[in-house]
This record gives sequence, C-alpha cells and structure tokens, in this order.
Amino acid sequence: MDALVNKRIKQVLKGDQNAFSDIVNLYQHKLYQICYRMLGNKQEAEDIAQEAFVRAYINLHTFDQKRKFSTWLYRIATNLCIDRIRKKKPDYYLDAEVDGTDGLNMYSQIAADDQLPEDAALQMELQDRIQYEISRLPDKYRAVIVLKYIEELSLQEISEVLDLPLGTVKTRIHRGREALRKQLNKL
Amino acid sequence: MSACPQYIIDYMHEYLDGDISREHEQVLKQHLKSCAECQKHMHQLSDTIAFVKSAAHITAPPHFEEEVMKRLPRPKNRVGVQKWLRRHPFLVAAATFIILMSATLFGRFNDNQFSVTKQPNLIDDGQTVIVPEGEVVKGDIVVKNGDIVIEGEVDGNVTVINGEYMASTSVVTGQIEEIDQVFEWVWYEIKRLASDFMALFEKEE
Repeated sequence: MDALVNKRIKQVLKGDQNAFSDIVNLYQHKLYQICYRMLGNKQEAEDIAQEAFVRAYINLHTFDQKRKFSTWLYRIATNLCIDRIRKKKPDYYLDAEVDGTDGLNMYSQIAADDQLPEDAALQMELQDRIQYEISRLPDKYRAVIVLKYIEELSLQEISEVLDLPLGTVKTRIHRGREALRKQLNKL
Repeated sequence: MSACPQYIIDYMHEYLDGDISREHEQVLKQHLKSCAECQKHMHQLSDTIAFVKSAAHITAPPHFEEEVMKRLPRPKNRVGVQKWLRRHPFLVAAATFIILMSATLFGRFNDNQFSVTKQPNLIDDGQTVIVPEGEVVKGDIVVKNGDIVIEGEVDGNVTVINGEYMASTSVVTGQIEEIDQVFEWVWYEIKRLASDFMALFEKEE
C-alpha cells in the first residue's frame, strides 16, 4: 500500500490532481473516524476531515516520502481537531493544572455544562454512550485514547502523530484511562 | 486503595501498555492477590478499555471523496508553463540559440571596420575598392563598410554591405547584392550559414 501511495504522491506532485482522489479514497474512513471521535459531531467531523485532505494536498511537497504517509495525515487531522475544540472553549483554560496538584486540572473542579444526569447517561444506547464518554475527556487525553483504542496505533506512532515524546504519550494514556475509569464508575 | 502505594497503579498501566518488566509484573501479581481494592481498580481499567474498544467503526459519508476533490485549489499556471517547457526541450533550445545568434549578428553589423575580400589585382584606398579596367578578378568579392567601383570584370558574386555599388560598363558573372538594413543583414547571414552548411554536406557526399 505504501508503494501505491508514494506513486500517487509523485503523480500529484507532477501536477496530476486526479491522482489525489485515490489517496482520499484510501484514507477517508480512518480520517473521518478520528475527526468524529474527537469532535463528536458529524457535520464538524466531515468539514475537518475534508479540510485535512485539502491541507495535505497543498503541503504535499513538504511530506518526506521515506516516512509513513498515514502518520503525517493523522497529524494534520488531529491538529485541526484540537484547534477546533479549543476555539469552542470558554475563556478560562480548563486544561490548566490547578496549583499544588499533580495532574488535576479544572475539569476535576467544575461540573461541565454538557454533563448529563447520571441516569440519563445510563439509559443511552451503548454507541452513544461511548461517544459521550469520549467527548467528556479533556482534549489532550481524548487524542491519545482515540488513536490508541479506536485507531489502534502503536505508542510510537502516536508519539509521531502528536509530535510528543514517548514518555508524555504514556503519561497521557495512563491519565486518560484513569479519567475514563472514574467517569464510568462515577467516582 | 488509598493505602496502596502509587507504584502499584503505575505498574497496572505498564501492564496495560504491554511494556511491563518481569520484576514489576511479579510485584503487581503478588499485590493483586492480597488486595481486593487494587483488584477492583485493575478490573475497572480493563473494562474501560473494553468499553472504548467496543466503539463501532465509523465510515465517511457517501460523496466524501468528491467533496474533497471539489475543495482542492486549481493547479497553478506556473506549473503549466514549467510543464510546457519540459515537454518541448527542442523548441526551448532553438529559441535560446536564435536569441544568442541574433545578438552576435547585430554585434557584427554594428562593427564599422572597412574590410574587403583579399583578391589579387584589387585596388583599395581604405574607402573604395576598385576593379581596374582591363583586369579580371576570379572569385567572389565582399566589401564591408565601403564602396566598390567595377571598371573591369568580376568572375563571381559581388556583395556590398553598408556601402554602394558603382559600375559603368562592367561585367559581373555572378550576383550583385547591396545590403544596408539590419534585417537584410540578418537574412544574408542566415543564408550564408545555410549555404555553408549545405556545402559541408556536399563535401561529405
């Protein structure tokens, strides 16, 4: 598959725009899935996933063909998703760690506005419930959990996609798992 | 759980990441056997992972690919010109050649030195070349930046560049040409090159 992708990339770089449609075809579902899981909204997911492909097309000459194309593409998409999530946020920064605590941030201090009553969450269909719980995660944990357990990327790949050291990725996965565990067990 | 050390929880995550060392795994197993609280914690973490992994696969909406292709910017013109140049290397080479050639041709035209083809029995006074009466010049004569007066006979072509041809009762067996325009000069040079070129081939045959 990598050979085919690199062949198509070369064609696009030579000016053959149509060769890009094969690249879109190969990655559209994965990219859309990442965006949907990150954003929790179909319209936004479609818009951001399309935007990610457009940016990949425009910046294709900067892609190093010795590397994995999917990693590069996922990186563009996750960056766009994180930007979108942050734009929607209120003024105060929920991710900021509260002084004197280790890993505790504003999320643990306040009740989110879109939080549902406990029994409403319990009555949801499983698939809705999964998306609801993922969307309650702070975005930096959400990105690693989505890439690890939904896209099933290795820790090394996640570190490349997010441009973070491997150690940071591990810490975020650990905290993401703990946050989800608490959400699910109402701790 | 509160009584248990933090490293036990760290080991749980190492285990879940699949990169726990053998020693840590031993410690964790020993601890879980004896601590119900931590066992519960471990189970909850595994359940959490199973819960997220049971998320259904999501596929992009239909026409997604078309929509992306519609949003791509049109290819730039610059690329088109480059492509054209790359596809017609011969035309590019020819154009470059013509530009360089015409530069040297104009250069030569502007060179105002008087010159004449060396032939025996020609008289020249630095401005005018004279073919004296009763003499026969065998071969072509080219005069540059000067005039020619023919009183005798010329057995060949006569070419005058930037000058005048004056004759009374002369006999010239070849062609007589006067050139005093840049365009004519270029045309003459091209013809000369072409005939030289032809001569080269004729020799080879």
